Order: sequence, then C-alpha cells, then structure tokens
Amino acid sequence: MTAIPKSSGKKLGLVIDLDICVGCHACTTSCKEWNTGGYSAPLTDTDPYGENPTGVWFNRVHTFEVTAPDGSSQTINFPKSCLHCDDAPCVTVCPTGASFKRAEDGIVLVNQDTCIGCKLCSWACPYGAREYDSTDGVMKKCTLCVDKIYNEDLPEHSRVPACVSACPTGARSFGDLGDRDSAVSKLVESRGGFDLMPEQQCSPVNKYLPLRKKVVPANAATTALRPKVSGVADALLKWIDKSLC
Amino acid sequence: MNPAFSVIFFTTASGAGYGLLGLLGAGSFFSFLPADRTLMIAASVTALLLITGGLLSSTFHLGHPERAWRAVSQWRTSWLSREGVSSLVTYIPATLFTYTWVFCDIDNSMIRLSGLATVVLAVITVFTTAMIYASLRSIHAWNNKWVPLNYLLLALATGLILLNAFLAWFAADTVGLTIVAIAVLGGSLVSKLLYWRFIDSSSSSSSNASAIGTRPGSTVKLTQSPHSQANYLQQEMVFVIARKHARKLRRIATLMTFVIPSVLLAATLFSNSKLNVACATLAVPVATIGILIERWLFFAEARHTVALYYGAQSA
Ligand code: SF4
Ligand code: SF4
Repeated sequence: MTAIPKSSGKKLGLVIDLDICVGCHACTTSCKEWNTGGYSAPLTDTDPYGENPTGVWFNRVHTFEVTAPDGSSQTINFPKSCLHCDDAPCVTVCPTGASFKRAEDGIVLVNQDTCIGCKLCSWACPYGAREYDSTDGVMKKCTLCVDKIYNEDLPEHSRVPACVSACPTGARSFGDLGDRDSAVSKLVESRGGFDLMPEQQCSPVNKYLPLRKKVVPANAATTALRPKVSGVADALLKWIDKSLC
Repeated sequence: MNPAFSVIFFTTASGAGYGLLGLLGAGSFFSFLPADRTLMIAASVTALLLITGGLLSSTFHLGHPERAWRAVSQWRTSWLSREGVSSLVTYIPATLFTYTWVFCDIDNSMIRLSGLATVVLAVITVFTTAMIYASLRSIHAWNNKWVPLNYLLLALATGLILLNAFLAWFAADTVGLTIVAIAVLGGSLVSKLLYWRFIDSSSSSSSNASAIGTRPGSTVKLTQSPHSQANYLQQEMVFVIARKHARKLRRIATLMTFVIPSVLLAATLFSNSKLNVACATLAVPVATIGILIERWLFFAEARHTVALYYGAQSA
C-alpha cells in the first residue's frame, strides 16, 4: 500500500557529518558491494570496462566548492543516498504499491517483484535517490541495508549499514532518529543537524551536520612562516635560494 | 526532463481522443450534434482508437508492461493509478455509447445517458493525466495550476478540431462548432502563454544552497561529479535545452497549434463546401504537429531539483 503508514515512532536513518567526510567514496563502493547481493540485487552495471560505464548505485559522493558572501571558500564532500523521508512523495505516487514505507522502522523500500518500472517515483523524489535498472526493468534504491542491520548471523557491531561500516573517518552514524535520547538524535541536536531542501516538504529522516566554523588563530599574522635564522646563516640561505632559482 | 516519445504520443493522442469522445457524448446528451448514425459511429470509433493507441504506447516505456494491471490498485494516493482506473472505467460508457449508436434507435435514451457518463469520465481522465505532472513538487514547471488547465483546454481544442473535420466530411453544418472551436483555441493559447510566462518568471523554491544546506547567498560550484559518465538521473531528469532553441520551438508550437488551425477553421466559415472540407481536414495534421512540439517542450523545459546536485544554479 502506497499510503504512508502510521509511524511506530522508530525512524532508522543516517547522520552524515559534512565536516568530517573526506570524499573517499569508501561508503559508495562498499554499498555497491553489499547491495549487489542484497535485497534489490543485482546493482547492474552496463559497459563496466568499456568507454561508457554506467550503472545503479544507491549512494553517490558529490564534491562542491562553497564560497561564502565574504569570499572565503570551503570544499564540501557530499554523500547522498535515500533519506527515508517521513512524507515520502516517491511512495505516494507509486501506482502499484511496489514502493512502500515500513511502519516498524520507517525504511522506504521497493518491491522488485511488483514494480512495473514506470519511473514516476524517481521523478517524485527531489533528491535523486532512486536509480532505475534498465536491465531488470525495475526501480532500485537504498535499503538502509535492511538485510544487514537485522542480520543475527553478523556480529553486533556489523549490524549497521555497509556505508557506516566502511567509512574510515566516522563521518556516518546510524541509529533511531525517532528516539530523542538516541546517540544520533543527540548528535543532531548538539551539532545543529539539518534537513536537505526542507521546502520540498518530504520531512527526511536522514540528517546532515554542517561544517564547523573555520577557526583562525588570533595571532595568525605573527605566526606566519618567516626565516628562523639571522646573520650569516640568513645571508647564506638567501644566497642558496637565489642560486637555486 | 528528458522527453520520452511514448509519453508525448500518449498525452497527445489520448488527449485528442478524450476531447472528441467527450464532445460526442455531450453532443448526444444536449443534442447539439446531427443525429447522423455513420458520422457518430465513425467519430466515436476514431476517438476510441486514439485513446487505446495512446494508452498502449504509454505502456511501452514501462520496464514490466506485463505487470501493468497492478497500476490500478493505488488510486487512494497515486494520480497515475487514478488515471489508470478512470481510463479503464471510461471504456464502459464509451463502448455502450458506440454500441447504442450502432444497434439502437437514434432517439434511444441510452445514447443520451451513456453520452453524459462518457463526457464526465473523459474530463476526469484528462484531469488525472495532468495531475500526474502537476502533483510533483520536485518539478517547478509542472507543479502549478496552469498544467491541468492547459491539458483540459488542449484536449477540448484538439477534440473540436477533429469534430469539425468529421462534420465537414459528412457535409453537416459546422458553423456553430467552428466558432466554438476558434474561441477554445484562443482560450487555450492564452492559458499556454500564461503558463510560459509563469515558468519564465519563477523558479523552484529549492536552490543549490538548500540542496546541500549551505547558507543562502553562498555560491555553490560542483567541482567533482560522483561519476564520470552520465547516470540514470542525468539521462532521465537533467535535460538542457538552450533558451534560444526553446523560444523558436515555442513560436512554431504557437503557430501550428493555435494560430494556423484557427485561421483554417475561420476560412471554413466563408468558403464553399470543397474548400471547407480541405481547410477543416488540414487543421488536423497541423494542430497535431503543433501539440507534439508543445508536449515535447513541456518535458524539455521542465527542470528537476536533482539538477541542483549536478551543477545547476536553480531548478
Ligand atoms: S530521499 Fe527520495 S527516494 Fe528516499 S524516501 Fe525521500 S523522496 Fe523517497
Ligand atoms: S517505478 Fe516501480 S516503484 Fe517506482 S512508481 Fe513505478 S511501479 Fe512504483
């Protein structure tokens, strides 16, 4: 049923720290590895070793350069996957019921056996979180590793999405964002976590943490690099500098 | 948005089909059409063929056409599902309507009743088609009230152009309907021009700053795409058409959809019967090409918010 179910209160999701992410793509590749054998398997690639490789990925890392009005600029590595929205338009537009949101944990999934491949859900998602598999003729998207996070054959610490396991910098956290006392909720609270495109009214569950303010030391000017030697040594260094140029 | 031919053909053909079918139904109910059995049968069969051809072509772009029947199940939330349901339900009175024209007395009350049900359902179906697009907040050019208005008016206008041709072929009196058709074409041109003004003068409330959550006023530049080759998202939803190119196509669409058919229809008011038939007939292909271009632009000019993640400054 593509109506959004009444939430049980549990909202599993990710918190992504843009201040920490270094843009290494470890999360995207491990996502691909896990999920090409998971719930929506396979994540088909076409022409993988040829001139025009393309394929289905659930997670993509974009890199942006952001220049503030005062002229200072920063690089933002920006991982993007399904945000498992509370008011998911991708679910309500689905004509078949293949797209659904789970009441028990809020995960948004596509049933690969009933999807007709009309692509309307991918049009409805403002974030571009759904990718059509033209080989299978069905829509695919992040499953929040539903087949990993509840998997009792795995050790406890592995029962998190593959992207979270893989991130070498700890930029990704996983937990229940419906529980105000959970570690992820506290992290969002303390760091001023935000929603992407709130004006699209999707109420995303996943949150992003902003870049920390750049701290410029007060004595920055006086600690600037300058020669630490003087006298003869200084003259000698200057002579070496000159003759090397 | 990438204009897919199957969808463009579907909305054009079924729009004209529902327009014609609705007019035949209304004409039978309110008795403003000649009670000419052959004319009514030929026209309603044509309308049903256009609708069916359109619906079939819309299933061609599905990944799993054999599962298409599932699409009628989610009418509570999905406009696409509602369209599926109402297009199927329309077949019931429409088939009955055609059947009664073929086999029953011309003054049969079933003709009038099925005609009334047909026109109501035809309007609903065209409206649900338009709402599939108009309900998508992610696409500013579609998420507005002009879209259903344009779809309804253009279905009516193309239906009237077709009906005028049928009346001319069967040497029936067309004067009243010709004047109505010219007026509707004028009205739909105004609504299309207002639509274009709307999309030119406004853009999505989402920006490349809100897409990644930076302060408004910052400039955002994509320095590294996540992938080297265009992916599904870009192929399907990031379609760029040069402004100059779009302007030219808008002018051609305006001429062919509205202006030339109006002139041709106006000419039928003052010409002899042979020229009358020629003009009314010529209006059909001219308007069809015009609407195909108009629909192509409807997709090509629509920008999706996902483009904000691929370097677009606004959506
Ligand atoms: S991010 Fe997109 S695909 Fe995921 S739940 Fe939200 S609208 Fe749906
Ligand atoms: S592509 Fe599949 S999941 Fe998406 S709206 Fe169509 S039927 Fe539903």
